[in-house]
Amino acid sequence: MKQLMNSGMDWLNTRLPVTKMWDEQAAKYHAPKNFNFWYYFGSLAMFVLINQLLTGIWLTMLYNPTGEGAFNSIEYIMRDVEYGWLLRYLHSTGASAFFIVIYLHMFRGLMYGSYKQPRELLWIFGMFIYMALMAEAFMGYLLPWGQMSYWGAQVILSLAGAIPIVGDDLALWVRGDYVISGVTLNRFFALHVAAIPVALIGLVVMHLMALHEVGSNNPDGVEIKNVKDSEGAPLDGVYFHPYYTVKDIVGVVVFLMVFCVVVFFFPDGGGLILEAPNFEPANPLKTPDHIAPVWYFTPFYSVLRAIPHKLTGVVFFGASIAFLFVLPWLDRSPVKSMRYRGWMSKFWLAAFVVSFVVLGYLGTQAVTPGKTTAARIFTVIYFLYFILMPFYTSIEKTKPVPERVTY
Amino acid sequence: MKKFNLIFLAFTFSLWVSGSLFASSAEHVKTEKAPIDPKDMVSLQHGAKLFVNYCLGCHSARYMRYEQLAKGLEIPVELVQKNFMVTTDKPGSPMLSAMTPELAEQWFGAPPPDLTLESRLRGADWVYSYLTGFYEDESRPWGVNNKIFKDVGMPNVMASLEEELGEHEFKKAMGDLANFMAFMADPVKVEREALGVKVLFFLLILLIPVYLLKHEYWKDVH
Repeated sequence: MKQLMNSGMDWLNTRLPVTKMWDEQAAKYHAPKNFNFWYYFGSLAMFVLINQLLTGIWLTMLYNPTGEGAFNSIEYIMRDVEYGWLLRYLHSTGASAFFIVIYLHMFRGLMYGSYKQPRELLWIFGMFIYMALMAEAFMGYLLPWGQMSYWGAQVILSLAGAIPIVGDDLALWVRGDYVISGVTLNRFFALHVAAIPVALIGLVVMHLMALHEVGSNNPDGVEIKNVKDSEGAPLDGVYFHPYYTVKDIVGVVVFLMVFCVVVFFFPDGGGLILEAPNFEPANPLKTPDHIAPVWYFTPFYSVLRAIPHKLTGVVFFGASIAFLFVLPWLDRSPVKSMRYRGWMSKFWLAAFVVSFVVLGYLGTQAVTPGKTTAARIFTVIYFLYFILMPFYTSIEKTKPVPERVTY
Repeated sequence: MKKFNLIFLAFTFSLWVSGSLFASSAEHVKTEKAPIDPKDMVSLQHGAKLFVNYCLGCHSARYMRYEQLAKGLEIPVELVQKNFMVTTDKPGSPMLSAMTPELAEQWFGAPPPDLTLESRLRGADWVYSYLTGFYEDESRPWGVNNKIFKDVGMPNVMASLEEELGEHEFKKAMGDLANFMAFMADPVKVEREALGVKVLFFLLILLIPVYLLKHEYWKDVH
């Protein structure tokens, strides 16, 4: 039997480098042995992506992407399809979980300097994944065709109208109509189930290939390739498989427990995952009192609302994401990890996280003068994290980085 | 750094989980807590009876099928057929009002909304407070107004029932109706939560071998 397997693998390997690829990407990939809690979120993102793809495929079989049929088909899935509610809740909760996992994954990168040389491209691919994910979520959110789906998309797409000269034509071109309509729903459906997932998978492959080329960073920000044994293997590395596969499976099970509590007991997520106005079909003639995007967009939405001039608001809205792309070149610190940086880097990272969370909260709320003032203050802090980074990272005193990882 | 990690985690999860606080803070009207119990069959059945007798004349529940009602409320289909359904309905038919939207528009100015999802749209507490919130107001076309839905277009169809039952019993009846409407908006709730308990139990058991496997492999990493 074993001989048969081996000759089968040989046959395959002379035609397709299966074993070679498996070794390069997992079995012989050296990962630092000091990964901590924050290193679960990469594999969890992959896990949630697979959940979204699988549940999404089944939902596509049952969903009707027309202005007339969309809302009804969702209720059909929720009520008449066996376990249709489970598919839908896994998908809707999965969308929010995806962003939580990705935000924690990105925070890990900020904390341990994982975007720094030689991992700039790895970070850029990650940012493209994040952008694709936002597009995917935005378009997916229109599909239930409820009031919040409709008006949320209406508000965000009208932003394009703020761009001088081409703005209105651009918005019209994207919508395919003068308002959001069944035409928009149809094209968003096509993009949501075909175009963006393909791009997303492609980007994830690039992200992983780039990672496995440069090697993983770690909580100490030490390059494990610098200290090797006589056979050329990093002394502080372990093979990704089986060490991190078995470890990540623990992460997946713990994650699933939290995830299932939401799916089975709080599928609305208190109005953050499924917003109440979305239980009413889209009505172009009736504007809801309070329109808010889903929570994972609200930090950027807050930035937009904080600025009184529409076009400037849109520019800052874009800049709040664009700054993340150039992070590798803003950071001048000689060390990667927060562990060995000075107090200024720590302070500004904390300020950034607080401003992100506060802006996120404010974005879910209706506008009041007090809240607008708060949003302005935290918008300034948000941007100062990036703008001041070249200064505070180059002037602060850093601690000596050890030769090897601490474990 | 550890402490900082914890603070960050706490922030993120509180943002996600305590969303109900934010969501309710947007609602300014004071609502009263509805006595919701999706396992109380007597209450649900009474609520269904009230719904069919008092609401279904004008409002549809187009996503709710009679068959699903029978199953969820543990009523034999024949009884539902005999008492709740018009002769032309089949058990698989949705609960549609006999009133056409055109006529409704003429009579009330706007067609009465479909009520299947009302409880998830506005919340069960809102539904209960609305049902018990009618008061006399001569300035309105129907002579009534509502505490939490100002200048409502609906007449107080429950007025005769309120007179008949007295305040205490009436509130109890409206509690049953709100309970039924909560069931209608989310009919799988009981099944979902029961399955959830089993799934979590399975994951908890699964965690043991999975953790031991990890522990076994990592023993030799120093």
